[in-house]
Amino acid sequence: MSSALPAPSGGPRREIDLEHVKPYADHLGDGIVQFSFTLPVPYGLAARKAAQELARKMGFAHPEVVHYQALTDGYTYFVMFGECTQTVDYATLSGEGFEIEYMSEDQIEAFAQEHIGRPIVIVGAATGTDTHSVGIDAMLNLKGFHGHHGLEGYKAFETHNLGSQVPNSVLVAKAIEVGADAILVSQTVTQQNLHVSNLTELVEIVEAEGRRGQMILTCGGPRVSNELAKELGYDAGFSKGTYPHHVASFIVRELAARVAAA
Amino acid sequence: MTSKLDLDPGVIASCRDAAAQIAGQVGEEIAHKTTVSVERTVARLLGVDGVNELDAPLPNVLVDHVADRGELGKGVGYWLGNALLDDERRSPQQIAQDVASGKLDLCALPRAEDGAIRARITSECETRLAEIRGRTQERHELRERLGESPPPVRYVLTATGNVYEDVVHGLAVAEAGGDIVAVIRSTAQSLLDYVPYGPTTEGYGGTFATQANFKIMREALDEWSAQHGRYVRLSSFCSGLCMPEIAAMGAIEGFDNMVNDALYGILYRDINPIRGLIDQRVSRMVNGWFGVTINTGEDNYLRTADAIEAAPSVTASQFINRQLALDSGVPDSQIALGDAFEIDIPVKNGLLYEWAQAQLTRELFPDCPVKYMPPTRHMDGNLYRTHAADSLFNLVTIATGQGIQTIGVPTEGIFTPHVHDRVIGLENVNYVFDTARDLGEEIEFKPGGIIQTRAKEVLRGAHELLERIAAGGLFAALGEGVFGDVPRQVGEGRGIEGIVATQDDYCNPVSELMRGAPSRV
Repeated sequence: MSSALPAPSGGPRREIDLEHVKPYADHLGDGIVQFSFTLPVPYGLAARKAAQELARKMGFAHPEVVHYQALTDGYTYFVMFGECTQTVDYATLSGEGFEIEYMSEDQIEAFAQEHIGRPIVIVGAATGTDTHSVGIDAMLNLKGFHGHHGLEGYKAFETHNLGSQVPNSVLVAKAIEVGADAILVSQTVTQQNLHVSNLTELVEIVEAEGRRGQMILTCGGPRVSNELAKELGYDAGFSKGTYPHHVASFIVRELAARVAAA
Repeated sequence: MTSKLDLDPGVIASCRDAAAQIAGQVGEEIAHKTTVSVERTVARLLGVDGVNELDAPLPNVLVDHVADRGELGKGVGYWLGNALLDDERRSPQQIAQDVASGKLDLCALPRAEDGAIRARITSECETRLAEIRGRTQERHELRERLGESPPPVRYVLTATGNVYEDVVHGLAVAEAGGDIVAVIRSTAQSLLDYVPYGPTTEGYGGTFATQANFKIMREALDEWSAQHGRYVRLSSFCSGLCMPEIAAMGAIEGFDNMVNDALYGILYRDINPIRGLIDQRVSRMVNGWFGVTINTGEDNYLRTADAIEAAPSVTASQFINRQLALDSGVPDSQIALGDAFEIDIPVKNGLLYEWAQAQLTRELFPDCPVKYMPPTRHMDGNLYRTHAADSLFNLVTIATGQGIQTIGVPTEGIFTPHVHDRVIGLENVNYVFDTARDLGEEIEFKPGGIIQTRAKEVLRGAHELLERIAAGGLFAALGEGVFGDVPRQVGEGRGIEGIVATQDDYCNPVSELMRGAPSRV
């Protein structure tokens, strides 16, 4: 199988076995991982032993505590290294087409003009009790983020940013009112997986309103992934590092596909 | 302090004048009005606490009872005073309980003469306030006796949602050298028009600010302080729809600091601007009177607006916020104005601009402690990069002599910090503060160099903005989105229904005693 690439470094050329990949630290195949955690036990040699034992149970070979300290009575923090004994099959995963090619702002405008030919209506909010508008503002507001315009700045989009702490029901009502093509939801607070229940509720409301087929549902946030989004019933999810044109690329392509299929 | 920035004292004086004019206009706009939250604060300071059988807080039950009868324009103090005169065996708390159980209709009682009512409730209030002030005095003595770290003091946030976990996190903070522990409120709380009751173990993005939670944290930190011989301060948030009530609760439980900025709720929670500023006036008055240091929230503008472009709006807001606080009776030594280190990481010479801004704030407000906030907006989940950015933030903090520093944590922007993340953040702070302790004393800036030029530019921008706001008024400026790029209209927003016009015989014994002035002024 042609799943092996030559190692990029100099010296004798080694084959990387892409079906059995493990972490690289100092040299190929060493599997070394750095990790840290706190245990609710008092500082001392017993605590150190416990951390090592736990790391071994996690599957690390030769776990080492390189630093540990008391945080307060009964709590000890550890920094550790260990050798990962597992491998992953990258060869198969790399064939599954996870990589998405993003369009530039100009390309998106042209694409939308050609395939949709009317303003695409987007409604966005940070929903539930989440007070953080930073994510939704970065995607929707004209100013955008790191020099990338938000969707408000595109001719292709008509945007409605409802801000933060918006109940899911209000967001959906607004989306219906303005005939939204897509909903964007931002979730920043993720303690005890609050974002998961909140995102689930939104999908349920959209479905209860009988609108699921007519709206593209997307969500984003520091702990939202595309996988999580799809699992919850969204069309796409966006994590940290997302710029507005990433979201825009997805929406115009998806909408164009739906228009073509209709 | 000699100026390192070569600022023009004439421009500074002109900024102060404009701020005084703006604050004066705000004062006129919010005069002759009270809010349900202000009235509940009066009830709380008169000793009303607890909940009815539906878990509704008694201060709400009492104030709603009067409001439902269309009589809140006289102030809840008036009705409590009348009820006290009617039956001297009843305390304000018993009156509230009798109202809650339906045994008593305050507005149906025989009406005593106005002067007698006012005298009765004022003397009642005087006794209660003196009692609470006794605790403030005890705090002061405790701080003196145990001792505190020299400024910049280290302010650390915890936010687990469970008050008992907050205790663990708070103690870890104390152990690592933190000077102020602030328990973030649950994000949902800002829009509740009541303060939840009792200890709470569930909340997202923070822990509910309840009086019971306040007491639990205070006791835990006091115990640590006594054992370790260093006083650790406690802080919460006077924000949202219950700003003044939280100030009262904090005073009762011996809090040292409080975030107190209506603009935050107005801009980011869509609270009605008039409601917010009335609540702020009383909230700050209560904080000021009980010796609590307030923190204002200018740093937040930089989370929604660009830090370089928005710098003048931060400085302008500091002038206005200070004046509004002075007008509420808070002295300079208790006004920690907000500022933040939020310039995007790849900006060339960003550190110099940060240094200029931080030094500018110190020189403009030498008697205010200033609360300096860490980088958050551009922290991208690469915790090593965040830790490096925090080191530079710490360096600017110590070199410019900020009063209070909110520490940065490496996991900023990923999740609510884990218990060890704060300790790692504090270790960075401690290292930099020690290693560069007197750096500021050694530094002068190149005349006409990047730092001086930037500081003058920001001050000039702030001056122009202040003149513009003074001409049109703060409310018009809010409508234009001058702060944080978020526009807010005076006739809109949450909590607007809780504003009540006061009648000529309005009675607010708390305001009268704290300000030594009739409450309708």
